[in-house]
Amino acid sequence: MTHSSYDEYRQPEPEGGRRKRGGGGKRRRRSPLDGGAGGDGSHEMAMVEDVEFESYYGRPVVKAPPWETPIGIYLFVGGLAGASGLLQAGAALSGNAELRRTARLVAIGAVGVGTPALVIDLGRPERFLHMMRVFKVSSPMSLGTWILSSYATGAGMTAANEVDRMTGERLPLGPLRPLLRLAEGPSAALQGVMGAPLAAYTAVLLGDTAVPTWNAARHGLPYVFVSSASLAAGGMAMALTSRRNAGPARLLAAAGVVGDIVGMHYTKSRMHPLESEPLEEGTPGKLLTWAERLAVAGGIGTLFARRSRTIAVASGLALAGASALTRFGVLHAGHESVKDPRRVMIPQKDRLEKRRAAGITGDSITTGW
Amino acid sequence: MGLLSGPEADPAADAGWGHDHDRKGFFTDTSICIGCKACEVACKEWNHNPQDGNLQIMGSSYDNTGSLGANTWRHVAFVEQGKDRIEEARETGRKLVSLGMPSIGPRSGASTPGGRPGEDLSRADTAPPDTPEFRWLMSSDVCKHCTHAGCLDVCPTGALFRTEFGTVVVQEDICNGCGTCVGGCPFGVIERRDDGTVAPKGQRGRVQQDVPNKGTANKCTLCYDRLVEGEEPACAKTCPTTSIKFGDHDDMVESAHERIAQLHEQGMTEARLYGANPEDGVGGTGSVFLLLDEPEVYGLPPDPQVPTKDLPHMYRTAAVAMGGMLAATALAFLGGRR
Repeated sequence: MTHSSYDEYRQPEPEGGRRKRGGGGKRRRRSPLDGGAGGDGSHEMAMVEDVEFESYYGRPVVKAPPWETPIGIYLFVGGLAGASGLLQAGAALSGNAELRRTARLVAIGAVGVGTPALVIDLGRPERFLHMMRVFKVSSPMSLGTWILSSYATGAGMTAANEVDRMTGERLPLGPLRPLLRLAEGPSAALQGVMGAPLAAYTAVLLGDTAVPTWNAARHGLPYVFVSSASLAAGGMAMALTSRRNAGPARLLAAAGVVGDIVGMHYTKSRMHPLESEPLEEGTPGKLLTWAERLAVAGGIGTLFARRSRTIAVASGLALAGASALTRFGVLHAGHESVKDPRRVMIPQKDRLEKRRAAGITGDSITTGW
Repeated sequence: MGLLSGPEADPAADAGWGHDHDRKGFFTDTSICIGCKACEVACKEWNHNPQDGNLQIMGSSYDNTGSLGANTWRHVAFVEQGKDRIEEARETGRKLVSLGMPSIGPRSGASTPGGRPGEDLSRADTAPPDTPEFRWLMSSDVCKHCTHAGCLDVCPTGALFRTEFGTVVVQEDICNGCGTCVGGCPFGVIERRDDGTVAPKGQRGRVQQDVPNKGTANKCTLCYDRLVEGEEPACAKTCPTTSIKFGDHDDMVESAHERIAQLHEQGMTEARLYGANPEDGVGGTGSVFLLLDEPEVYGLPPDPQVPTKDLPHMYRTAAVAMGGMLAATALAFLGGRR
């Protein structure tokens, strides 16, 4: 922008419409969003100096998918279901009937909440079956559709068996009961096999976008999501199972807490400061801070959950809450990251500059020939 | 099986079409754009695109459209610049030229692989005769119809498809509005259309317009319906200065290279091409642009990468994570038996 005598009549410049000359390294250390004026036009002297950046009136460059609260809920319950699928398979193999039953009921509950949430968030919910027209490896959403539907098939069968047993075989199944029992083993296996993919694919779904914070998180987000799923499922199972039978759930939850915290720090370490900032600041930052706190509290709780059912329930709920907050935090951090074009432009300019410095000059979209 | 990234000669053939059709595309030469917005109007009219939000003055020069979106498939950007910025643009452009063609290295004056004579700027008099005090950049932006289209890659319903012209089009009767493509586009082009309820200024109450295809993803189709009839897209047809050129993609790229050589000879080193490089992050775009400043000035990303380029690596990371999860579960059951 130029400055002439007319500038005093000029409207306040939008955030992001400023530039800085020279000085590559300095801006990486500090938050580039606190440099410059607050948009009231009163800091004009400082803003010319500081931000090497020219945007188009500060308008967003990329768009975030229109994924709102239902998707946040799904990210949480999808993970919960996925890891519960592994828990029920392990419990079935080790003959832990109580844990098996709990995990299966949690799983079907989670699927029962998550699937409608996915459908509601569609622009045309009545066309949800169009998801099953194709099987497409290049689309994590397509893979997820097939993972979820096969998982749900398994989960439905195992849960039906559990409910039937719990009600003393009073479900009006008639001659179908032996068939249901026959299907229980294979269904449990299907649910177990699809459990881990169900917990992990959503991380790839977010990573495979141009949304800066999600895309940059792709190197570590799968670790965070499977850990978050494990601590949620472990926590729920721990809360709903007697102390004697909840041993594996406690251990899985504890492992999940460690993985979640380490994974999140690793994820952020691989990101440009401008890309990781939304995970640390603003509302998403707050959600993720509380997620970490709850996870730590719940993790410590698992160490004592063997002694008291109260502690088991409290820490189990804390862990489930931690997982939900993590998912909403990551979801909203992505939405936050597209609002300021600098989060898109500056990391891109930096990586382009880095490649050029390394002698790779042939892969730029902008060419002088 | 299609590639996820890198140069690709014929995206339509790769998508299963024969070689009967040439890839079509735009070359938008912003150096001769006058900002009349006839392309925006022609696009809206032909495609029956509804009004985009409320009418408002945005305070961004003569641009009151804002950006590309579900209802805006051509968007004319207006940028006002002073002398400093013009000189800076010339400098960055000169640096770009000195980076030279890939695989040749620093420009040596040798002829380029395409048979075009390389322009040797060390001999040419590139000192601009006069730097204007002020300039107005105008650029008509549009869907890039990428060689490797992020939106198309991630679409879970198959609603997005590659046409026989090598373009990327949404089948509106298939799309269920999941929104995945919106995040898949590194240029922020495609968007899900809402119900289009708007309230024009000064009019009480809200006006319901007739909004076709609400709830589905929408973007430029490169006028697929016109192309199949042998017509050119509405925007190119209406452009009064031929700033928007339409034709075979190869020809468009060729004329872009010719045009930029011409401008460089005139000392306009600020001119540069955007999307003409098949080695770039999206495999080259179907819509090529000639810009007069850095792409970010026009709101274009400086180094877009199709997200799917890294998908194999993401799947591997997820596989490791799943392995860890399985191991943790197994250990939990072994350890939990005590």
